Amino acid sequence: MSTVPMDAGRNSASGAPGPTWRERLARISPILILAPSLAASFVYIFVFTIWTLYISLSNSSLLPSYGFIGLDNYVSLWSNRRWNIAYSNLFFFSAFYIVGAMGIGLLLAILIDQRVRGEAIWRTIFLYPLAVSFIVTGTVWSWLYNPTDGIQMLVRSLGWTHFNFALASDRSTAIYAIIITGIWQSSGFAMALFLAGLRSVDQDLIKAAQIDGASTFRTYRRVILPIISPIFLAVAVVQIQFAIKTFDLVAALTRGGPGISTTFPAIYVYDLMFQRGQIGEGAAAAMMMLAALAVVLVPYALFVVWRHRRESRP
Amino acid sequence: MTDATIAAVHDREAAAASRRHFFSRTIIYALLTIFAVIYLAPLLILVFNSFREQPEIAQNGLIAFPRSFQLKAWAEAWSTYCIGGTCEGMRRNFLNSLWMAVPATMLSTLLGAMNGYVLSKWRFKGSEVLFTLMLLGVFMPGQIALMPWAFLLGKVGLTNSTYGLILIHVVQGISFTTLFCRNYYVSIPDDLIKAARIDGAGFWRIFRRIILPLSPPILIVTVIWQFTGIWNEYLFGVVFTSGREQPITAALVALTASGTNVRAYDVMSAAVLIGALPPLLVYFLGGKYFVRGLTQGAIK
Repeated sequence: MSTVPMDAGRNSASGAPGPTWRERLARISPILILAPSLAASFVYIFVFTIWTLYISLSNSSLLPSYGFIGLDNYVSLWSNRRWNIAYSNLFFFSAFYIVGAMGIGLLLAILIDQRVRGEAIWRTIFLYPLAVSFIVTGTVWSWLYNPTDGIQMLVRSLGWTHFNFALASDRSTAIYAIIITGIWQSSGFAMALFLAGLRSVDQDLIKAAQIDGASTFRTYRRVILPIISPIFLAVAVVQIQFAIKTFDLVAALTRGGPGISTTFPAIYVYDLMFQRGQIGEGAAAAMMMLAALAVVLVPYALFVVWRHRRESRP
Repeated sequence: MTDATIAAVHDREAAAASRRHFFSRTIIYALLTIFAVIYLAPLLILVFNSFREQPEIAQNGLIAFPRSFQLKAWAEAWSTYCIGGTCEGMRRNFLNSLWMAVPATMLSTLLGAMNGYVLSKWRFKGSEVLFTLMLLGVFMPGQIALMPWAFLLGKVGLTNSTYGLILIHVVQGISFTTLFCRNYYVSIPDDLIKAARIDGAGFWRIFRRIILPLSPPILIVTVIWQFTGIWNEYLFGVVFTSGREQPITAALVALTASGTNVRAYDVMSAAVLIGALPPLLVYFLGGKYFVRGLTQGAIK
């Protein structure tokens, strides 16, 4: 009288008429379903990474070749001025971009959290840049930064004839143009996460703070923000990933220029591999990008696991 | 008497409080309005300029209230504007992006749903480990995969083709879609599945009769996430396709870079809007689900 599938299993084990092909199919279906995705993911994640790693250790130039030359590509990469600029740009950009996007995102989230009217409309406005591509954003902003047609012209036509605003066309300031545009694009994302966090805070805690006479500012600083602190970390980690992988924004906004002032690792990898035919060194640069990601993500993953363990302990 | 003074003090305090309240409300709305203007300005400028006449743009600059009106730029951007020799506008690239994003979205979502189903309801020894390994795909930078993809696409004859890009986006997307669906299906009670199995329902029947009917919320989130992500993708598009085969993001960069002497801001604005419209549409129609996907994708 036990369940049907178990009986079927016992039959086949005892050598009696085996399971029909239907039953067999049903039993291996889960594995069959998963297999193609697993195989593809395995190739994509591991084979591709090891492949690129190997190319980065080879003497590949225009085409992949497999003569092993050790770390030569890495040495030559790190002795290249352009790569060093690219890597330091990444740190500079990441720092300002993350702090800026989180600051503005938090401010917007707190403003919206004040029971404002038309919350959905405000949210929609601040989030829509996230739906469009970095290509669209970068293109529009490159026009706005253009001194003869954009913001500079507007302000000059309003009467300030000596107003200067040529952020993107000056070597020393072009990176700020990218930072501002990046913040514009993704502070809405930070806002959405912070807002979700603010909404999850226990209302009783907030009421208690207010009854104790704490001002709104103090309530946020002392009570609410500490509670949602894990969100700061999550937002920062996602933003850093954006920053490291970002290719489109720079490609559409400054194309790495003026000169080489806004070269980024992602841009440099592309240049080496597909413009200059230095595949080996390009692969080395790509591996350095992976390393940068790992430096951020591995400790974060460990931290998350550690926190889970600690919370699940009684 | 004391009562009266207390009441007076109370009134004064109340008045001060309401003044403070009014003051802080004003600041809140003022700040929100300033930010809203900054966020909306680029979109408005695009829309305005796509309807302004080029000579007027050249004279008054990009940021100005329209004093002329034309529809010509849209027609030109859609079908006749020249990018590097070919004069077909963005239509072809728009369709490329559509033929790339729609099948890739559907395929990766379907695979994700089935993977998620297996990994949440038909766990086997080691399935959790496999799931964790698949998750790594979420973090892979595209640059790592560039050379291997180039080699692979060359081998199977899919360079410079939309099919090649579909393949890339499906493989890359599986990690995300599996993650989304698996985390959603985990919250479906196991008892439901057990009961169905006792009733004799098998793998497929449970999927069709129980899982799929419960899936719309997560499938919408996944479809929106995949579609906007694939539509907006640029790196693979520009590396693996050229000219007429390019998706719209790559074509837009080619278009705006090709401006030789006078930049045709009217046509370029229309072209950029054409490229931005599908994801914007998805966003405005499915905003709630878009935000949900965003928060889920981030918190992982």
